[in-house]
Amino acid sequence: MSERKIRLATCSLAGCFGCHMSFLDIDERLFDLLERVEFDRTPLTDIKHCGPCDVGIVEGGVCNAENVHVLREFRNRCKVLVAIGACAINGGIPAMRNNIDLWECFQEVYQYEGGLEGGQVPNDPELPLPFDKVHPVYEVVKVDYFLPGCPPSADAIWKFLSDLLAGREPKLDYGMLHYD
Amino acid sequence: MSKTISLDGQTVAFAEGQTIMDAAMAAGIYIPHLCHNPEFRPHGSCKLCTVNVNGRNVASCTMPAAEGQQVLSDTEELNAERLALTQMLFVEGNHLCPACEKSGNCQLQAVAYYLGMMSPRFNHFYPQREVDASHPEVLLDRNRCIYCELCVRASREVDGKNVFGLSGRGIATTLVVNSTSGRLGDTAIAASDKAMQVCPTGALLVKRRGFVVPIGERIYDHRSIKEVQTGGGHE
Repeated sequence: MSERKIRLATCSLAGCFGCHMSFLDIDERLFDLLERVEFDRTPLTDIKHCGPCDVGIVEGGVCNAENVHVLREFRNRCKVLVAIGACAINGGIPAMRNNIDLWECFQEVYQYEGGLEGGQVPNDPELPLPFDKVHPVYEVVKVDYFLPGCPPSADAIWKFLSDLLAGREPKLDYGMLHYD
Repeated sequence: MSKTISLDGQTVAFAEGQTIMDAAMAAGIYIPHLCHNPEFRPHGSCKLCTVNVNGRNVASCTMPAAEGQQVLSDTEELNAERLALTQMLFVEGNHLCPACEKSGNCQLQAVAYYLGMMSPRFNHFYPQREVDASHPEVLLDRNRCIYCELCVRASREVDGKNVFGLSGRGIATTLVVNSTSGRLGDTAIAASDKAMQVCPTGALLVKRRGFVVPIGERIYDHRSIKEVQTGGGHE
């Protein structure tokens, strides 16, 4: 009987999907990975909700109410939660708006900047409620592992996943640990 | 015969008047630090260089070396405290490396790499701090200031211009500029000043030079701050 595959979920909150792109940059090593893991919710499968998983990888910070719902679902369903990238770890680029009043920020984007039809700040019940500040994911839920970088390199991601899947404590070499 | 201390079990010679940090640097031993620069009188504020001397924790940059001291530095406990101090520095300011020109050349970042900082651990303050872009050649971004006072010391002691000062206390401390308007544009500071070369973070930057050396080819991108500082000049 073959060993049960590790169930892996990923998502991007207030991020740019750059970490996911870097993940795809592991290239043909994806085939090695697929021998070991089965994807649950990720942008690759387009599954909308996360089932019970062994590992959940979260990209991006928390900038609105929907981010919190997704993050809590991941925390509840995943045994091991990994924060990947600068945004998940300290808010990153989206957190640069933390020093700007939210309403002024919206006005700058939707009203003062040309080219948008109507010049109105979007206000639809379906849109998630934005927070006045962007926060890293560990300020909302417990995070088990961190993988910094903007984005972390494919080699760093591969090293991290290899360690984790082999049951080792993930450890990056000096050249793989970057915050930029 | 010269006097010696024991540093992590290694016998290190020192001259009268040297601090433990001086003796360690002369012997090519790295003790993490941010507010210290051997060209200036010690400030003793960042506490990253804390070592254990005969059972007591002290700042090695201000502690005079004395015959027979038993000094511990590279221990799990002290490095854990250094990591916590570094994490506090990260959350107290707005240190967003991907958006900072200094990334890769930044000592705060380099020390964090050296200590293996995987997250800032504490809740972020996201403080409201001012950027001063009034000067044509130089930029002051207070979001990245860690109050090491190196620019204050350099401007006062080397440049003779006394451009900077620290104002307020504790968490209310700010870096102030010595001009009637409080703006850098109204001071005599120049891009070539010593004050512009000593900032350990990206708080003080010379304009239009941010990407002369590309990301990935910078001082600490492939070599740790320990290697850089013990393998030659002080960066």
